[in-house]
Amino acid sequence: MSNNIILETRDLTKHYGGVHALEGANFKLRDGEHIAIMGDNGAGKSTFVRQITGVEQRTRGDIIFGGKPVQFSGPLDAREAGIETVFQTLALADDLDVPDNLFLGREITKWNFLGPFRRLDYRAMREATLAGLEKTAVKIPNIRNSIRNMSGGQRQCVAIARTATFHSKLTIMDEPTAALGVQETAQVENIIRTLKEAGEPLILVSHNMRQVFELVDRVVVFRRGRICADLDITKGDITGEDVVAYITGAKTQEGYEDAA
Amino acid sequence: MRAAPAIRRIIGRERLEGENMADQTSHGIGGLTYDKSKRAWPNEANVFIALVLIILAFEALGQILPYMDNTSMLFDFNTNRDGTILNVARIKIVILQVSIIGIISLGVTQVIISGGIDLSSGPLVGAAAMIVMSFGQTELVNGQINPKAVFGPWAFDLPVIVPILAGLAFGALIGCVNGSLIAFTRIPPFIATLGMFLICRGISQWWTKGQPVSFPTEQFAAIGSGMMPVVWFALLAILLFFIMKFTVYGKHTYAIGSNEDAARMSGINVKRHKVLVYMIASMLAAFAAVVLSSKNLTAQAGMGQFYELYAIAMAVIGGVSLTGGRGSIVGTVLGAMVFGVIQSGFTFIKLDAFYQLMAMGTIIIGAVVLDQYRQQRSMAG
Repeated sequence: MSNNIILETRDLTKHYGGVHALEGANFKLRDGEHIAIMGDNGAGKSTFVRQITGVEQRTRGDIIFGGKPVQFSGPLDAREAGIETVFQTLALADDLDVPDNLFLGREITKWNFLGPFRRLDYRAMREATLAGLEKTAVKIPNIRNSIRNMSGGQRQCVAIARTATFHSKLTIMDEPTAALGVQETAQVENIIRTLKEAGEPLILVSHNMRQVFELVDRVVVFRRGRICADLDITKGDITGEDVVAYITGAKTQEGYEDAA
Repeated sequence: MRAAPAIRRIIGRERLEGENMADQTSHGIGGLTYDKSKRAWPNEANVFIALVLIILAFEALGQILPYMDNTSMLFDFNTNRDGTILNVARIKIVILQVSIIGIISLGVTQVIISGGIDLSSGPLVGAAAMIVMSFGQTELVNGQINPKAVFGPWAFDLPVIVPILAGLAFGALIGCVNGSLIAFTRIPPFIATLGMFLICRGISQWWTKGQPVSFPTEQFAAIGSGMMPVVWFALLAILLFFIMKFTVYGKHTYAIGSNEDAARMSGINVKRHKVLVYMIASMLAAFAAVVLSSKNLTAQAGMGQFYELYAIAMAVIGGVSLTGGRGSIVGTVLGAMVFGVIQSGFTFIKLDAFYQLMAMGTIIIGAVVLDQYRQQRSMAG
């Protein structure tokens, strides 16, 4: 793991009217690092993600991505800069097949002089899709089937494979396994491992303690809109019970006394 | 073909891992097995089967009904007539009578696939026909100056491209207004195009204060003479088929109808695309007006009545889902054929037009009910 900081937030704050959903979040993510964001419902996890991905505009604070301060006007900006997000509501078009969804809005085309009527290069997209699925070890036997006919796990895998296919600089997953069965969850976790092996950084929002301890290097705990702990779990001295204590407010880490 | 080894490799590994799936706990496991029974059955096949069944039903009625003298609707076994066992004359009529509305239904199909609806196409045909014919008039009728002249002498005997371009420009304008209203003010497509329905009917009556426009140039009359409407319908159907299936435009139309938010998140300019979709639909309707007025050699303010509904019906019978995202040009063409066969069939068995309307209504409702049922089943399965 390099010490190259890929994402940093300074004093990141979001108020919805009088509600302080996120207050002064200072956060750092190094290249290749996998971080889990945990916290109770309403602790500010999703709000935090929404500020980084440009879905909402922050009230205050700075986001530094790849060494440069950024101001995304929308999720597209963030995606173009290299932040791929798997949202809780999957942004998939049900009636299209897997390559179509993977390449939606950035199709490989031929005959580009035809403007909006330029031709789709189905074969190139199919090959890139197969390569992307191989990279993530996702197996969807018939990628030409429409998404509508797929299980929740398969759909989730397609959404995640989309991020992996495009060599994103940072992947964010907001509770990717919340609605999945055991096997499907295993599949998604495998993709996350593959990303780890490929050295691609990840922010994982999750409630699943087992998953977090198996997959990530560091846990950042949110409580009532503030970061209350930043725990390196690779050393093995931190247990699930410790994390629960931080989540519930029984403990607050040194340096984060503001959140108490 | 280059993709084949990669696919084989994946399928091969699939099989390998499928066999000892129970032992496998880490990489590459998941509930992703290939079930052939879940492979999508093309919707167009259902429409085709329906078309065949309807033809068979009319053939059976021709044999059963006592007053029909065992006649056949689409077959003629007296091969001396034109060397085929088909009743070519009737088949031509079946296709000819749906061709002009068929052209409209191609445009309506892509509107419905994008998740919208276009009610304005019928009156647009009326208005466009009036405008088009005004630029397509000939100077001398039986040695006299054209009695139906709309403009002064400058508008007589213009090259045929002028009326066509005038019609397409009018269609583009109406479509642009439709699309802009829907994309930018976010009013429902039903309301926007319902308003445009009345506006266009008004324009068609205002253009000549209700007077018909007649006596086109020979060139203009050639556009829709004989079987030409069928030729236009076929050419445009092929063009639209390629556009919807093989271009970015088509893919984005499906994506918007399927999940507009996902389309927006994926970077598609949804607003601009919708304007384009409605423009193309209206330009196709305007071209239908060119063909229709040429075929009839006259334009009247009341032309195109109920065409919008018939065009929507053809698309719906052809399996285009009113919720958007699903359907195809092939389906719509088959839907148009179903429409034509039913119309001709009722004439063939000598039933009155009002039964025709009742039957048509039943079939449209039936098509949507079946579609709903199929959709629920595929969601469950």
